[in-house]
Amino acid sequence: MYKYIIRRILIFIPMLLALTIIVFALAQAAPGDPFTGQILDPNIDPEVYELRREELGLNDPVPVQYFNWLTSILSGDLGQSIYYNGRSVLDLISQRFPNTMYLGVFALAITLMISIPIGIYSARKPYSALDYGATGFGFLGLAIPNFFFGLIAIYIFSINFGWFPSQGTITSNNLTGITALIDRLHHLVLPGITLGLAGTATYMRYMRSEVLDVLGSDYIRTAKAKGMTSNSVLYKHTLRNALIPIVTLMGFEFGALVSGAVITEQVFNFPGLGTLFLQSVMNQDYPVIMSMCLLFGVFILVGNLLADIFYCIVDPRIRYD
Amino acid sequence: MTNSTVLSVEGLKTYFYLDDNEIAKAVDHVDFAIEPGETLALVGESGSGKSITSLSIMNLIEKPGKIVDGAIYLNGKNIVDLSDKKMTEIRGKEVGMIFQEPMTALNPVYTVGNQIVEVLRKHKKMSSSVAKKRAIELLKLVGFPRAEETIKEHPHQLSGGMRQRVMIAIAIACEPKLLIADEPTTALDVTIQAQILDLIDEMKHKFDMGVLLITHDLGVVAEYADRVLVMYGGQIVESATKQTLFNDPKHPYTNGLLASLPSLDKQTDRLGAIKGTVPPAHRFPKGCRFSTRCPHVMEKCLHANPDLIPESDGHEVRCHLFK
Ligand SMILES: Nc1ncnc2c1ncn2[C@@H]1O[C@H](COP(=O)(O)OP(=O)(O)O)[C@@H](O)[C@H]1O
Ligand code: SF4
Ligand SMILES: [Mg+2]
Repeated sequence: MYKYIIRRILIFIPMLLALTIIVFALAQAAPGDPFTGQILDPNIDPEVYELRREELGLNDPVPVQYFNWLTSILSGDLGQSIYYNGRSVLDLISQRFPNTMYLGVFALAITLMISIPIGIYSARKPYSALDYGATGFGFLGLAIPNFFFGLIAIYIFSINFGWFPSQGTITSNNLTGITALIDRLHHLVLPGITLGLAGTATYMRYMRSEVLDVLGSDYIRTAKAKGMTSNSVLYKHTLRNALIPIVTLMGFEFGALVSGAVITEQVFNFPGLGTLFLQSVMNQDYPVIMSMCLLFGVFILVGNLLADIFYCIVDPRIRYD
Repeated sequence: MTNSTVLSVEGLKTYFYLDDNEIAKAVDHVDFAIEPGETLALVGESGSGKSITSLSIMNLIEKPGKIVDGAIYLNGKNIVDLSDKKMTEIRGKEVGMIFQEPMTALNPVYTVGNQIVEVLRKHKKMSSSVAKKRAIELLKLVGFPRAEETIKEHPHQLSGGMRQRVMIAIAIACEPKLLIADEPTTALDVTIQAQILDLIDEMKHKFDMGVLLITHDLGVVAEYADRVLVMYGGQIVESATKQTLFNDPKHPYTNGLLASLPSLDKQTDRLGAIKGTVPPAHRFPKGCRFSTRCPHVMEKCLHANPDLIPESDGHEVRCHLFK
């Protein structure tokens, strides 16, 4: 399996290169340049503008521009933000990155803690009241758009009851230790649930159908014929098999962890990568946009790799030699 | 029934309650008994109720099915009303079972060793190291010379015949007095079939088990059975020793089955293969259940289902032709 993983990582290199070309091409194809917003300003001398373009290399031939860009990102220099007055892109991203990561992990944790037990229960007692309830919730969860659910959640739990904050990641910078952690988690609850909603619904349905499927399989009948108790049948013989596709799904989910929160972060005014991305698009801040597209791409590639590795681990039938 | 009788099934009825108020009488008043060291064959075409009979003995009938009547004495104790929890103490310990599909009967994510050890730990309360040693012995017994390696292998690394051997090892691990084999070779290559059936026979002698051998193949019956039950439409239609059944078959259905058997000295008075298929258990005809396919069907067959009555000592037939 190690060989396989190394081979998979090597395949990354051409894929990443392809990714950089796509990102670069998209940025090239997008209309305007970082100064389009400002050129209309009559106070700026067109000559200064032209000078700036020259300085940034925007007048070079496209392949040269690509090559320059590639070499600089390879050396770890993601460039400077144009909108944020030349702040380093790396800086901007690493400042937002942890927030988005917390949010993603929190959302995933909630998703799993809710969806797996309910999915199992639904499968064990199909067509029970709880199963119907879960099915109903599942459809709602998939049908309600994130931003709408987020707004409702803010309205009810933040404005009406005042249980959870609706904005930001922390109350103040003065908190330390455990209080700071609790404060952070407190801020994560509403956006976390909002972000995890669709996933919860999906995983629940998945889990239900997987467990039902496995419970009807021949080897479960064998386990029963061996005298295994219903707990052993469920927790030993059924779960491990039912979780195979779920665990694989989770690998892919990893890629969505950083990129999936754009809308939710916007609703909760959450200073993460999603808001940064949206702002950069609005401001045509190409160095930031390009770096973030690359980052998202890398995460999706890593997610796919994780999915394959998980699959190898949980399903002994899969061996990549 | 004697003191040593391993299994005695009396008046067993297992029905399925279908959606539109229909009842599928998959097993409808079945009686039989098995003695130690005896192989009782249960034959019949697909859909005649063989598997449901065997799963009823294991108390593994799932909704919408239910054992509605009858008694099942296993080693003298009626187990038909035992709770599911009590049944887990009996399944795998007092009765072992192997199934038709070895390819899917083992859990794909656990090793062969794990799946044998599990049953030993549960019923024999062995420590894991003792159980592991015993698992290796059992695998050697069922024909794995490299058992030390085999216990570390996963099912997908073994062929169908090998997996069926593992299933046999699991089934006999706790030395049960009864082994149920539900079409154990139907899914296997012809060349492997005899090996598996020989192994079952060998284990029967070694542990003095009673074996309920379910098959639709009279060739298998001829080779391995002591007594035979012919099942049709959820009922026993003929019951006899193997010799009697082959030399003096009475029931038109038995004759039909025998006729479809390829043989060198085919007798002329036998019927050709039976036409049609077994009706589903909620669509049995009124009267004799075989009447829709029977070449000897008479007026009275359409109204009254015949009883299973003794024809001679140890030979029973359910047919209006015999009275
Ligand atoms: N789950 C079920 N629901 C309804 N009817 C069933 C079910 N299982 C079995 N039956 C009925 O019982 C009959 C006998 O089935 P089975 O014992 O599996 O036959 P076989 O002799 O091939 O093993 C079937 O033909 C079917 O009509
Ligand atoms: S009772 Fe009638 S229909 Fe049934 S097997 Fe006998 S002859 Fe055929
Ligand atoms: Mg069957």
